[in-house]
Amino acid sequence: MPAETKKSSRMMTKEKAKWIYKKMQEIRQFENAVHDIFAKGEIPGFVHLYAGEEAVAVGVCAHLTDQDSITSTHRGHGHCIAKGCDIDGMMAEIFGRATGLCKGKGGSMHIADVSKGMLGANGIVGAGFPLAIGAGMTAKVKKTDHVAVSFFGDGASNHGTFHEAINMAAIWKLPVIFVCENNGFGEASTFEYASACEHVSDFAKAYRIVGENVDGRDLVAVFEAAGRAVERARRGEGPTILECVTYRNYGHFEGDTQTYKTKEVQEQALKEDDAILRFQNYALENQLLTKEELNKVNDDVKAEIDHAIAFSKDSPFPDASQLTKDVYVSY
Amino acid sequence: MTKKMSYSDAINDAIRLAMHKDENVVLIGEDVAGGAEVDHLQDKGAWGGVFGVTKGMVEEFGRNRVFDTPIAEAGYMGAAVSAAATGLRPISELMFNDFIGSCLDEVMNQAAKFRYMFGGKARVPLTIRTIDGAGFNAAAQHSQSLYALFTHIPGLKVAVPSTPYDMKGLLLSAIFDDDPVIVFEDKTLYGKKGEVDEGFYTIPLGKAEIKRIGKDLTIIGIGKQVHTALKAADRLAEKGFEAEVIDPRTLSPLDEETMIHSVKKTGRLIIVDEAYPRCSAATDIAAIVGEKAFDYLDTPIKRVTAPHSPVPFSPSLEKLYLPSPEKIIEAFSEMVGEKVFTAV
Ligand SMILES: Cc1ncc(C[n+]2csc(CCOP(=O)(O)OP(=O)(O)O)c2C)c(N)n1
Repeated sequence: MPAETKKSSRMMTKEKAKWIYKKMQEIRQFENAVHDIFAKGEIPGFVHLYAGEEAVAVGVCAHLTDQDSITSTHRGHGHCIAKGCDIDGMMAEIFGRATGLCKGKGGSMHIADVSKGMLGANGIVGAGFPLAIGAGMTAKVKKTDHVAVSFFGDGASNHGTFHEAINMAAIWKLPVIFVCENNGFGEASTFEYASACEHVSDFAKAYRIVGENVDGRDLVAVFEAAGRAVERARRGEGPTILECVTYRNYGHFEGDTQTYKTKEVQEQALKEDDAILRFQNYALENQLLTKEELNKVNDDVKAEIDHAIAFSKDSPFPDASQLTKDVYVSY
Repeated sequence: MTKKMSYSDAINDAIRLAMHKDENVVLIGEDVAGGAEVDHLQDKGAWGGVFGVTKGMVEEFGRNRVFDTPIAEAGYMGAAVSAAATGLRPISELMFNDFIGSCLDEVMNQAAKFRYMFGGKARVPLTIRTIDGAGFNAAAQHSQSLYALFTHIPGLKVAVPSTPYDMKGLLLSAIFDDDPVIVFEDKTLYGKKGEVDEGFYTIPLGKAEIKRIGKDLTIIGIGKQVHTALKAADRLAEKGFEAEVIDPRTLSPLDEETMIHSVKKTGRLIIVDEAYPRCSAATDIAAIVGEKAFDYLDTPIKRVTAPHSPVPFSPSLEKLYLPSPEKIIEAFSEMVGEKVFTAV
């Protein structure tokens, strides 16, 4: 987040709480809107929504600057918003318009903004791990204190690239944080079925790095653990695995009937364990934000999302000249 | 007896028949059952693959023959290769062909080369099913048509079925073939219906089909582009030009004879392929025909392909990206030196 010194990044100030709440609302309202618009058939392609997992992206990115890099996944909208990507540009990208962050060429699964350190949502599971350690190598070679974060799902931890990348990050002490969003599912397969480990963070022991497992719907828990990991990385103490146990409110992709979930689990998740409700309560109890302030953020964000939708619908589609542009750098 | 069924149902039917016929046939892939170990599902209502193509398999054949794998393509593809070499006849699903980057070694260096490197002493009766094709706004990493990549590699066979009938017959051939075969399923064809023979039948790998007879032009279509070619042929017929449309059905082995025979008759060839144009199936076929039937050609061969760029997401661009009947007619117009339609 901008306008803040890195040192104070671990303090939960009023200003920080407000930034956090706003980002969480932006993600939630953005995703709910995309869900509705997709159902109306106005958005093309495959869409995977992040709603429910907000505390992870926001709790981690609260410690990052534009010079720090993140790699993302097919479920990337939340990471983009938390890392500061422009919301109009994101929505327009999902609508396939020329004003999108990637000129409409990438779509939901490839939203990126390298100027913000957002190295792209990614259609390939497991692709983010090595990309993150590459950004870590750049920081090491150039002797900056920048860090790289690789967000990934529990399912992705079974991909070979996870182990290749962590091992390399560990032997070279790269400033990388591997943030697992364990939502219990990879598509329709459960974590219990697909993974022999009990916790993804357990792998840290084998690679002799720090591993932490936190409640990923508890913003404060994520925020604190991520703060520790980022500080270690900036100090040159190497990588961390941070596993955040969370829940995805929607299906794997839009259109998924989710027969593998039960009603009870879904209701419990949406009503009682919801990350945003829990952070609201925390902010109120600790007098970081007032009810009025929360309401104002909600309204501001609603206006912001409405604007993004209107902007997208008013934007033109890319023209034919874009078809063969940007394949190579032109000089 | 024939039955009307979709491309997707034809795949399901072929797999079911194969699994009944031979207990060594097993199905492996990510969520091919779906909802693994979710108690309340009891294997009913499981996904059956992201597009529901393998629905019902786990109910019928059980977890000992239908394996949901972790997201570990290198792991399960390598396992399928060696399971094939040691007595099973696996059908391994690579969800999207774009994911081959995660397991190319297993296919290219292991499956494809065992037999040759081991002096003919191994067999790898492996079938890889995979989804290809643009037209779904699935963007650059979920829309490619990478059959040329596999056609390039000796030891692999490559099928690109364009109809439900061909799909069932080719898939059954693939499963019971003793070499590794990769079968491409174009995602935009899943809902396409056609007449399919009931019961077990095979279509030989390496046998093209003439989908339409004509004397003025040969159009070779790859995969779903056979349908684009047929549409163009219908339009050309309105103007009195009869195009012959050929579907090679498999790219490796390739039925050169049928294609060359047709070109010798028509003297003109257009190849329609939605893959990238460089080192592609279209380019390969053009070279073969140029080499073996040059003297019979009245005009240079034309290729109607994607441009040399990744598949764009935006619907406006993806439409321009793909071959179309208009582009084929345009190519033909250039061949005959006149506009066949004043406005196409
Ligand atoms: C290499 C590769 N294999 C498979 C897929 C298909 N796929 C997309 S998302 C997904 C599940 C990912 O699960 P997880 O990593 O837990 O992330 P989540 O969807 O739960 O956020 C799969 C199998 C892919 N995109 N890339």
